[in-house]
Amino acid sequence: MTAPRPALETAAMVRAGELSAVDVLEHHLAVIEAGEEAVHAFNLVTADQARAQARAVDATVAAGGDPGPLAGVPVALKDNLCTRGIPTTCSSRILEGWEPPYDATVVTRLAAAGAVAIGKTNMDEFAMGSSTETSAFGTTRNPHDTDRVPGGSSGGSAAAVAAGFAPLALGSDTGGSIRQPAALCGVVGMKPTYGTVSRYGLVAFASSLDQIGPFAGSVADAALLFDAIGGHDPLDSTSLNRPTPRVLTVLDDGVDGMTVGILTELLDGAAPDVAARVHQAAEALAAAGARVEEVSVPEVTLGLSAYYLIAPGEASSNLARYDGVRYGLRVDAEDTVAMNTATRSQGFGAEVKRRIMLGTYVLSAGYMDAYYNQALRVRTRIIEGFDTAYSRCDVLLGPTTPTTAFAIGAKVDDPLTMYLSDVCTIPSNLAGHPAISVPYGPGEDGLPVGVQLLGPALSEGTLFQVAAVVEGAAPPLAAPRVTTGGPA
Amino acid sequence: MPEPAHLTREDVAHVAALARLHLTEEELDLFTGQLAQVLDHAADVASLDLAGVVPTAHAMAVTNVLRPDEPIVCLDRDEVLAQAPSVEDHRFRVPRILGEAP
Amino acid sequence: MRSDWLLVIGLEVHCELKTTTKLFCGCPNMFGDEPNTNVCPNCLGLPGSLPVLNQRAVELAMAIGTALHCDIRASTFHRKNYFYPDQAKDYQISQYDEPLNVDGYLDLPDGFRVGIERAHMEEDTGKTTHAGASGRIHGADYSLVDYNRSGVPLVEIVSEPDMRTPDQARAYVTELRAILVASGASDGKMEEGSMRVDANVSVRRSVDDPFGTRCEIKNLNSVRSLGRAIEYEAERQIALIESGERVVQQTRHWDESAGRTQALRSKEDAYDYRYFLEPDLVPLVPDAEWIRAVADTLGMMPAERRSRLVSLLDDAGGATEAQLLQVATVVDLGLDDLVVEAVAAGVGTGLALARTANEAATDAEAARHLDPKSYVALLTLEMQGSLSATQAKAVLAELFARGGGDPATIARDKGFEAMSEDSLAETVADAIAAHPDEWSRFCGGDDKLAGFFTGLVMKATRGQANGKAVAAELRRLRG
Repeated sequence: MTAPRPALETAAMVRAGELSAVDVLEHHLAVIEAGEEAVHAFNLVTADQARAQARAVDATVAAGGDPGPLAGVPVALKDNLCTRGIPTTCSSRILEGWEPPYDATVVTRLAAAGAVAIGKTNMDEFAMGSSTETSAFGTTRNPHDTDRVPGGSSGGSAAAVAAGFAPLALGSDTGGSIRQPAALCGVVGMKPTYGTVSRYGLVAFASSLDQIGPFAGSVADAALLFDAIGGHDPLDSTSLNRPTPRVLTVLDDGVDGMTVGILTELLDGAAPDVAARVHQAAEALAAAGARVEEVSVPEVTLGLSAYYLIAPGEASSNLARYDGVRYGLRVDAEDTVAMNTATRSQGFGAEVKRRIMLGTYVLSAGYMDAYYNQALRVRTRIIEGFDTAYSRCDVLLGPTTPTTAFAIGAKVDDPLTMYLSDVCTIPSNLAGHPAISVPYGPGEDGLPVGVQLLGPALSEGTLFQVAAVVEGAAPPLAAPRVTTGGPA
Repeated sequence: MPEPAHLTREDVAHVAALARLHLTEEELDLFTGQLAQVLDHAADVASLDLAGVVPTAHAMAVTNVLRPDEPIVCLDRDEVLAQAPSVEDHRFRVPRILGEAP
Repeated sequence: MRSDWLLVIGLEVHCELKTTTKLFCGCPNMFGDEPNTNVCPNCLGLPGSLPVLNQRAVELAMAIGTALHCDIRASTFHRKNYFYPDQAKDYQISQYDEPLNVDGYLDLPDGFRVGIERAHMEEDTGKTTHAGASGRIHGADYSLVDYNRSGVPLVEIVSEPDMRTPDQARAYVTELRAILVASGASDGKMEEGSMRVDANVSVRRSVDDPFGTRCEIKNLNSVRSLGRAIEYEAERQIALIESGERVVQQTRHWDESAGRTQALRSKEDAYDYRYFLEPDLVPLVPDAEWIRAVADTLGMMPAERRSRLVSLLDDAGGATEAQLLQVATVVDLGLDDLVVEAVAAGVGTGLALARTANEAATDAEAARHLDPKSYVALLTLEMQGSLSATQAKAVLAELFARGGGDPATIARDKGFEAMSEDSLAETVADAIAAHPDEWSRFCGGDDKLAGFFTGLVMKATRGQANGKAVAAELRRLRG
C-alpha cells in the first residue's frame, strides 16, 4: 500500500482542478466503510452533507473560483464541536439526538477554507478521559492495535487520521486530549496557545483550559489546519485580539542556533523505551544545529493535582445545564428537582459523575480555598517556572505520554492511574501555552511513541519549525494494520 | 495551609445532592473511595504554603472585551423548541417546582 | 411601631438596564414580546455558547455608580451556581467580590444620607408561569418557562443598613428611581418588574445594641407595599422577641392582599452557590478616561434639579411649603426644564411652578414632549392677562392634543379674545345690579364675596374673563 496523500497536496490539486473534491471524499468514505467497524472512530459519518460540500468545492473550481486553502480536504470533527442540524453528542446519552441550531466558529472557518466535514468523532464523554473508553457509544480502538486504546479524550479524531479515514481532524485539548491520543496513534497533534482558536461552539469541559487544535498525518498538514482555524473571534471573550502566528511558512527554517531544553520532570515517570526516543529526538535536534541542555521546572510536578482540582471545578458548573429542561435527555419525574436528578443520573456516565462531584466538592463552602484557589496559586507557580525555563530555552522537549498505548480496560476502573496518563501534557494547559506531539518511531512493543515540544505563549511558529526537524529525523513507524487506503 | 479533612461518605452524598445526582449505595461507596484517592493525591497541592501567591484564573491577561449594543438575529423559535423535551404554549414545560428561586 | 423598639432597614434594588440588547448576547432586551422569540445559544444556555459583555450595559452601570457617588473600580464576574429552571445555564453570571461600583451614597430629599455598599452587574433569569388553579408556584401542576428575559442586564444596588423608618425606605426607593430614570440607565417601572426591591429588616431596643437578626422581604411591587411590609415585619419580629422567641434569619414573601409576610418554602434550606471566577469572561477594568467620559454624558440628577428650582424661588422671595411640594412633583415628572425656561423668558416663578405642577403635570408624558417654546409662550399670554387661567388650561389641553402649536393661534381659534376693559366693566356692573344685597355686604367688608362676583362674571363670560381683572374692577367700584 502507499501512504495517504498529504492534505497540502490534495488541496493544491483540488484548487488546480487536477483532482475532484468528490473523488477525494468518496475515497475516504470507502476507507471508512472498510475500517470503521474495527476502529469505531466516528459517532456519525455525515456522508450526505459532505458530498454536498465537496460538490460545492468542485463547482467553485469549475467556475474559476478558489475554494480556499483546504479545498476538498476531508476533516473529521470531534463530537463536541457544534454543527448546525447535525447531532452533537459529546459521546453522552444526555445529549443523544441533540441538533445544535448553530455552528462552532471552527466549523464555519473550515467551510470557508473549502474543507469537507466528513463526520463527528468518538470521544471520552464530555472529553473526560484519556482512553475514549468513557464514551457512551463504545470504545474507539487504536488502529495500530485494536486491543489497545487510542488515547483520549479525542481518541476518535486521532484514530480517524491514523486509519486514513480523514487526512485531518479537529480535537480539543483540556489536559492533553489532543496530544496524548496523537502520540498513542502515531499522528501529529497540537494544542495552541489559549485564546488562539475560538472556543465558540466547543462544548465546554473546563473553560479556562480548553483549546481546539489540529490532528494530521504530518507537521505540515497540522500547520495547514492550524492556520485555517486560528485568529480572533469576537464571539469568544477569551479569544486573543492580536495577529495569530502563521506557521505554514516557517516549516523549513530549521533549528540552527536555537536552544532546546529537555524537561527532566517529564522524563522522570516515562518508560525507558519512551525516554530513549526523547533522547534520540534531542540528538537529532543537536545534529541539526540546536543547543540542547537539560532543564528542570520542578513546579510541573504539581500540575496533575492542580489540574484535577481546577478542571472538575469548572466542569461541575459547565455541566449543570444538562438538566432536562431545554434540550437533550429528560427522564420524567414528579417535580423539577427529581426530574433534574433522574435525568442527570441516567444521562451521565460514571467518569462524568465522578468529576462533577469532585468539582462540586472543591468549590463548595469550606473547601474552596484549600483546594480550588490553592490550585490556581499552583498555576501561577507553574507559569513562573516555565518563564524561567523559557528565559534560557526557545522550546522544551519531553515525552507526550509516559508509555505507549495501553490495553483496553487496563485502567478504566482505576481513575487515579488513568489520570496519570496526562501527567506530561497537563502543564501546558495550566500555563495556557502551546505544545505539539510528533510521532517518533515505535516503542519496544512496536506501537507509536510521541515526543512533545513545549513553548511559551504564542510560540506556535517556533514549535512548528522545531517539529518539522524532529519529524524529519523520526524513525519509521509501521503503517496501522487497519489502513486500506492510498491516495485517491 | 492546614490539610483539608478526609473525604467522607456523607460529603459525597451531600455533593451528589448539590450536583443533582442520585447515587446508589454501591456507587456511594465506590465514589467515596475513588474521590478520596484523588483528593489524597492532591494533598501535595493543598499542603503547600503559597500565601501571597496571586491565583491565576486566566492564563492570558486580557481585559475589557466588549461588544457593541447591537441586536443580532435570534434563533427561530420552532427550531429551538423542536429540541425541547416538553413544550406547551411556546414555552418549555417543566414538572412542579417545589421551592421559590433563591 | 412601638416607641421602645428601633428599626434597621437595608434595601437591595434590582433594576433592568435600558439597553438595546442583553448583557452577554445580542438578543433584544424587550419586555412583552412573544415567548422564546428573543433567544440565542447564549441566553438559552446551549452547549458551546459563550458570553460577550455589552459595552452599553457597562456604561449604564457606570452611570449609576457615578450618580450614586460610588468608587468605580476594576471588577470581575463570577458564576453563582444553583439549579433552577428559569436559569438557562443553571448558574448566574454576577459580580461577586469585585463589583464595579462600591462605597457610594444617596441623599434623601430631606438631607438624610443613605450609604450605598455596592452597585454591581448581573444577568436576569427567564420567566416562569405556573399552570394550575392558583397561578402561583405552590399548588401548580407544572410550570412553563420563557427565556426572553434570560440575560437581560441588571444592576443590583445594595444600600447600607442605614434607614430607620418605613418613610425613609419609601423616600429612598422614590429617590433612587428618580436617579435611575434621570441617568437614563433604567425606566424604573416597579409594576413591570424592571425595578425590584427587597428589604432587609431587623429590630433592636437601643442604638447601642448590635443589629438584630434580619429577615429579607421579597415581592414588593410598589413603594406603598414596601412601607406596609416593613411595618408588618417589624411588628412580627417585636412580637416574636417579646414572647420569648427568636427571629430566624430567612427570606419572606410579602403577600399584598393578606397584608403580611410569609416564610418562603424552600426545598433546600441552605444553598451553597460555589462562586468562582467566570472563566468565559475577562476582567472589566475601566480607566479614568472612560469613567470621565461616562460621567460627562450624565444629565442633572434629581437633587440638583430640585435645588435649581428652589434657588429660583429664593430669588423670587422664598419658597412656601406648598411650593416645595410643587418642586418635588415637577422634578419627579421630569418637567423642571419647562419651569426654568419659563422663568428665563420672564414668567413669574410662582406662576410657572404652579401651572407646571398643577396643569402640565396632568399629562406629564405629553408635557415632556412639548416644545418648551410653546409652553413658555402660553404662560406669557396668561401672565400678560391676555388669557384667563381657565382659557390657558384649555389652550394647554389643545397643545397636548396636537403635540404642539402656537398658543396665540389656538386661543384665537377658540375665540379666547381677551375682553376689553369696557365690556368687562359692563359685565361686572350687571352682576352687581343683579345682586344688590351681596354687593352691600361686600362693600361692608365681606371680602369672601369677591369670589361670588368673580364666579358670576366668569359664568356670564363662559370663563373668558381674566380673574385678576375682575377682582381689580370690583375693588375699584368699592372704592
